[in-house]
Amino acid sequence: MNAKRAGYDGVVAAVPVTVPYQRYSKETAHWWIARALRQLAEEAGIKPSEIDGFCASSFTLFPDTAVGLTQHLGLTPRWLDHIPFGGASGIVALRRAARAVQAGDANVVACVAGDTNHVDSFRRMLSSFSRFAQDASYPYGSGGPNACFALLTDHYMRQFGATREDFGAICVAQRENALRNPHAIMKKPLSLQQYLDARAISDPIALFDCVMPVAGAEAFLVMREDDARAAGLPHAHIRSSIERHNAFPDDPIQMRGGWAMDIDELYGMAGVAPDQIDVLQTYDDYPVIVMMQFEDLGFCEKGDGPQFVRAHDLTIEGDFPHNTNGGQLSAGQAGAAGGYIGLVEAIRQVTGTAGPTQVKGAKTAMASGFGMINYDRGLCSGAAILSGDTA
Amino acid sequence: MTDPLNPPPRKNPQKRTRIPTRPMPMRSRAALGLAAAAAEGRFMLQTCAECGTVQYPPRDACGACLSVELNWTDVSPAGHLIADTTVRTSTNVYFRERAPWRVGTVRLDVGPSAICHVHGDVAADDPVRLVIKLDKSGQGVLFALPQKTTPNMEDDPHMREMTCDPKFRRVLITDARNENAPALAQALADAGASLIFVGESEAWRPYPHRDALEKTANVKIVPLDVTDTASVAELAGEIGGKTDILVNNARFVRPGGIMDRGDVVFARDEMEVNFFGMMRLAQAFGPAMRGRGADGDNSAAAWVNILSVYALSNMPEFGAFSASNAAALSLSQCLRGELIEGGVRVMNVFTGPTEDEWHQPLPPPKVLPAALARAVVDGLREGLEDVFVGDVAKDLIDRWRAGPKILEREMMDPGGQG
Repeated sequence: MNAKRAGYDGVVAAVPVTVPYQRYSKETAHWWIARALRQLAEEAGIKPSEIDGFCASSFTLFPDTAVGLTQHLGLTPRWLDHIPFGGASGIVALRRAARAVQAGDANVVACVAGDTNHVDSFRRMLSSFSRFAQDASYPYGSGGPNACFALLTDHYMRQFGATREDFGAICVAQRENALRNPHAIMKKPLSLQQYLDARAISDPIALFDCVMPVAGAEAFLVMREDDARAAGLPHAHIRSSIERHNAFPDDPIQMRGGWAMDIDELYGMAGVAPDQIDVLQTYDDYPVIVMMQFEDLGFCEKGDGPQFVRAHDLTIEGDFPHNTNGGQLSAGQAGAAGGYIGLVEAIRQVTGTAGPTQVKGAKTAMASGFGMINYDRGLCSGAAILSGDTA
Repeated sequence: MTDPLNPPPRKNPQKRTRIPTRPMPMRSRAALGLAAAAAEGRFMLQTCAECGTVQYPPRDACGACLSVELNWTDVSPAGHLIADTTVRTSTNVYFRERAPWRVGTVRLDVGPSAICHVHGDVAADDPVRLVIKLDKSGQGVLFALPQKTTPNMEDDPHMREMTCDPKFRRVLITDARNENAPALAQALADAGASLIFVGESEAWRPYPHRDALEKTANVKIVPLDVTDTASVAELAGEIGGKTDILVNNARFVRPGGIMDRGDVVFARDEMEVNFFGMMRLAQAFGPAMRGRGADGDNSAAAWVNILSVYALSNMPEFGAFSASNAAALSLSQCLRGELIEGGVRVMNVFTGPTEDEWHQPLPPPKVLPAALARAVVDGLREGLEDVFVGDVAKDLIDRWRAGPKILEREMMDPGGQG
């Protein structure tokens, strides 16, 4: 039995920032992260020197880490973290930064994820992603994450009767949401028929099941509620959060993520139930992972994901607004920023600042993260429940 | 079932030969254990010496109890295919050129799940047996096969990438005079080799099995003296571009060690044939073979050396011959490193004393030509790197693995060998 965890009272997330994505960029990760930091400071009305906590995530920063960034970008933080957790980076950054602020180790923590995308950077990253990937997955067809998720999707479909139409419904709804997001890389509508007819990539995965690697950055600040209020910054309360790594290692193939281990604590700490979540931002590198999150985050039973998708409208105005900015599937996957995009959008939603993608009356949001296909499955998972001042 | 391979069409000499590309060769040190297992056609995974957990992917500490005592052990290759996919776009040029490529997840009965290559005859949820094969980078990879043999299964295109099957390939056997030449030619012909060149030195000098050799299907006797650089170069000029498998069976053997031979005359001959012969052949035939590693269904595939197992530990009665084979073994490792760039495999077939005139006084068991030939063909079909043929060679490699220094002492004292 775990000890009861302290809440995040008095700490908020604010200033959600997106540096508009580009398909390819000649710039570096340093450049993208600098732009995000600059935007954070400007929108918060503070000088960069007032940022005394810094947390960075990036796949394309090599040979630098957050340490090198401090000198490169002229920061002198008294609290520094580097989180190489891919799609779980945003949630984990939020958790750690919140505790740092709560404990007084830092006043304002800038949490930033940014990556560039050169023409060849995706291939380079894949071939040296992890030791297990190098030894035991990349030599098998070198399909990268497409092939790994194709295996999970194939197994999930056989196990639970999900169809390509079910996955298509998720992608089509997100595209509809993306059309309202001026920053989304995908600008054209997507029909279910177009989804089904798309070029096969790694069966059963086809083109529109895959994210588009792009360059971009996402960021937010974690600070004391009093400071945010004094500065007049819209802010989101952190009601609860979880993270888990290498959950269920004995499952022969991934059918659930670490959320399933910690979901009771997530809702318990926040004091809310699934039906009180007004808007959900899942990690959507592939639609099968979205479906698993609907299950593992408590919105339906394991195996009922396909049924859940059939029964709900996942668009902004639907009965279950999901990935309201289009998610990575339609807005693009900016490397580690893919682990931030949902959380940043969730902060916007509960602070009523989402603009064209705003869900009316959204008070409470959940964002989840998932990352690092070290070998055959995603190892890192996390989730957070946020709410606005009026919740 | 697999579609049978058709005889490859004649090559258009004006067409560019496809440059061999490779799957990614980088591996951690632990993962190299797969290549070691594949070299001999064994199915081995790391097993924890303390808790017995079978591990995969290869690692440095037990995932169940953190013990660092992980031993490569022969384990059951049985499992089930629980997921599969066909990769149609790949970031790696090798796979891109060969797409679509089938990959699956197999849950092994011994515990772990593994991503592996999948034979075309395996269907969803089928029971499978895993094998470890060497891929075109020379690295060990898992391959899921149907539990039972299926028609033409060796012709599966992914399978053929991992093996050196003689079917429809053109072979050069370097020494017609060796007593094992007819058996080698026959076995390769039976295995479907489309053309078998057999090198003959000093054509004016008769030898007993020439007729048998000449009558063997698809055999063509060609002039070749591995001790003569010009002769080797001349033949390479003629057939180097269509030598898919080279079986180097040339060998010079005489009894004796150092002091019982009064001079180095035989030792020079042993080195000329056994060591420099291989080097001349490799310099003449190697570049073309390396360049033709991806040249269609009859691409260059393998270089076979027939070596004495006493290359590993000197046998004093044939001390100088053993030494020449030790040199040849070392050179073959160098050749392996050079040919792998083209995806061409070097297979060493280690044999104990063979049934021939120079081993006449030695007691049995001795390796018969037919057994040697079978080992060569089986090794090619399996895609092996190291083959130990006959009881003496198998016994010796066991002892060598247990302790090379102990073996050295055993070899000095014939009484200690039993």
